[in-house]
Amino acid sequence: MRPAVDVVGLSRRYGRVQALDGVDLSVAEGEFFGLLGPNGAGKTTLISILAGLVRADAGRVRVMGHDVVDDYRAARRALGVVPQELVFDPFFTVRETLRIQSGYFGLSRNDAWIDEILHHLDLASKADANMRSLSGGMKRRVLVGQALVHRPPVIVLDEPTAGVDVELRQSLWSFIRRLNADGHTVILTTHYLEEAEALCGRIAMLKDGRVVALDTTQALLSRNAGLTVRLVARALPPAWLPRLLRRTGDTWHIGIDRPADLEALLADMRVAGMHVDELTLDEADLEQVFLRIMQSTPAPSARAPATEGAR
Amino acid sequence: MTALAREAPATGSGGWTLFRKEVLRFWKVSFQTVAAPVLTALLYLLIFSHVLESHVAVFDGRVRYTEFLVPGLVMMSVLQNSFANSSSSLIQSKITGNLVFVLLAPLSPAAFLAAYVAGAMVRGITVGLGVFVVTLVFAPSLAVPAQPWWVVAFALLGSAILGTLGLLAGIWADKFDQLAAFQNFLIMPLTFLSGVFYSIQSLPPFWQAASHLNPFFYMIDGFRYGFFGLADTPPAASLAVVAAFALVLGALALALIGRGWKLRP
Repeated sequence: MRPAVDVVGLSRRYGRVQALDGVDLSVAEGEFFGLLGPNGAGKTTLISILAGLVRADAGRVRVMGHDVVDDYRAARRALGVVPQELVFDPFFTVRETLRIQSGYFGLSRNDAWIDEILHHLDLASKADANMRSLSGGMKRRVLVGQALVHRPPVIVLDEPTAGVDVELRQSLWSFIRRLNADGHTVILTTHYLEEAEALCGRIAMLKDGRVVALDTTQALLSRNAGLTVRLVARALPPAWLPRLLRRTGDTWHIGIDRPADLEALLADMRVAGMHVDELTLDEADLEQVFLRIMQSTPAPSARAPATEGAR
Repeated sequence: MTALAREAPATGSGGWTLFRKEVLRFWKVSFQTVAAPVLTALLYLLIFSHVLESHVAVFDGRVRYTEFLVPGLVMMSVLQNSFANSSSSLIQSKITGNLVFVLLAPLSPAAFLAAYVAGAMVRGITVGLGVFVVTLVFAPSLAVPAQPWWVVAFALLGSAILGTLGLLAGIWADKFDQLAAFQNFLIMPLTFLSGVFYSIQSLPPFWQAASHLNPFFYMIDGFRYGFFGLADTPPAASLAVVAAFALVLGALALALIGRGWKLRP
């Protein structure tokens, strides 16, 4: 089976920032694929090149076998992108917005499908409302509708649930899941790692423009299985700082490989005279796997670190 | 939901939709995009014709000043509004971010260019017609132009040129004030110094020569020839200059859009 999305040797530099550094990825047809990474890792740059919004310095991308530069028309027809920013055209109503988007793809008589989209995204009652009058969540749904208006086999969602309330998030995911079950390939970037864990069959993790992990969600979870100690204390012995996953105030999350490590940690704390107020032990979830992978991959020294603004 | 993981067959042209969207965009706010510039032109006419009617002779007194002024104002409105349409549409779409919807679509560079320019032409010519109808009261003899095809040719070429300039300015500018600078320091002086309000015959030799370097002069002069059968420059020469300018500008715009200049960084 040909891959739905095929990325080979993709690089892109912005000034001194190497946003993408030789990325290779292949997403099979019908997959629900997650693209994770901290801000500035290159996720949005990758998606922008895939969508033809940004040019690559090197490498190539194919969507359903069509090169996004040489065969851009077929590639864009095969792709539906939900952008990260909440953008809309204030001149038009919801239905006009969907009709216009449909028309851009050369589909002039598409009202039956547009009605279906409005129904499934719970937008039917807002069809004739101006885009300006919609809430943020409603605008987000219209963005999803716009991405689907030409029935693309590949759907890319760039952080679709950022700033979206729980109820909409649930309905959005059940809709996307159904599209995936119908045969659409879905590529998702998100900051909500529990969402990625629940939805994605396979995950790529990006850091500083490179793929640092690429495997099925299950394999990632079991390969990186370890334990996380969550403890509340004033301080942590310096020797344990490299294993620190996350810290919020006095709450420390420390990754350990086996229970015996816990004894060593507590012993070190006793020797240092540090008092433990609270302690729990957790199984690894994707968030911890993510933090471990990000922590264990050193930033390349010859390069300036990727910055937040790089897209 | 039906099985929809099939690419839907395309039946129409994306460029046509983009053109219709461009027209719809200005038409929805036509009070501001059509009525306002018509009123502005009418004010120019009232003031200038009142002050200058008895003082200025044009074409050796064969044409009344008010009659002379009307075609100039019509063409100036065509040009300014064509520029305003494509430039403001693009800068707004860029700043609000909704240009992404056009960029994600499988539109060819030619379709993209044609749609924005044609939308600008419709706005420019709509405003021009509005100005013409309103000012006709003051110069009824212009209702039947001497050479109507020259009027049509210069209106189409002039609006296409300014629509293309507006497109380029809209793509180039990152902020509204950059676009305003383009408009105030380039488009406005070139239109005002093109002979809208005077015949360049009345200028000192140096400024007459300088006016011949202004492409807008040929647009106005050729357009005016269509009404009177009189012009400062032979109309065929004006047409050649304007057509060449349109072609060069169109080719430049097409090349820049094809390269993704500023749009697909």
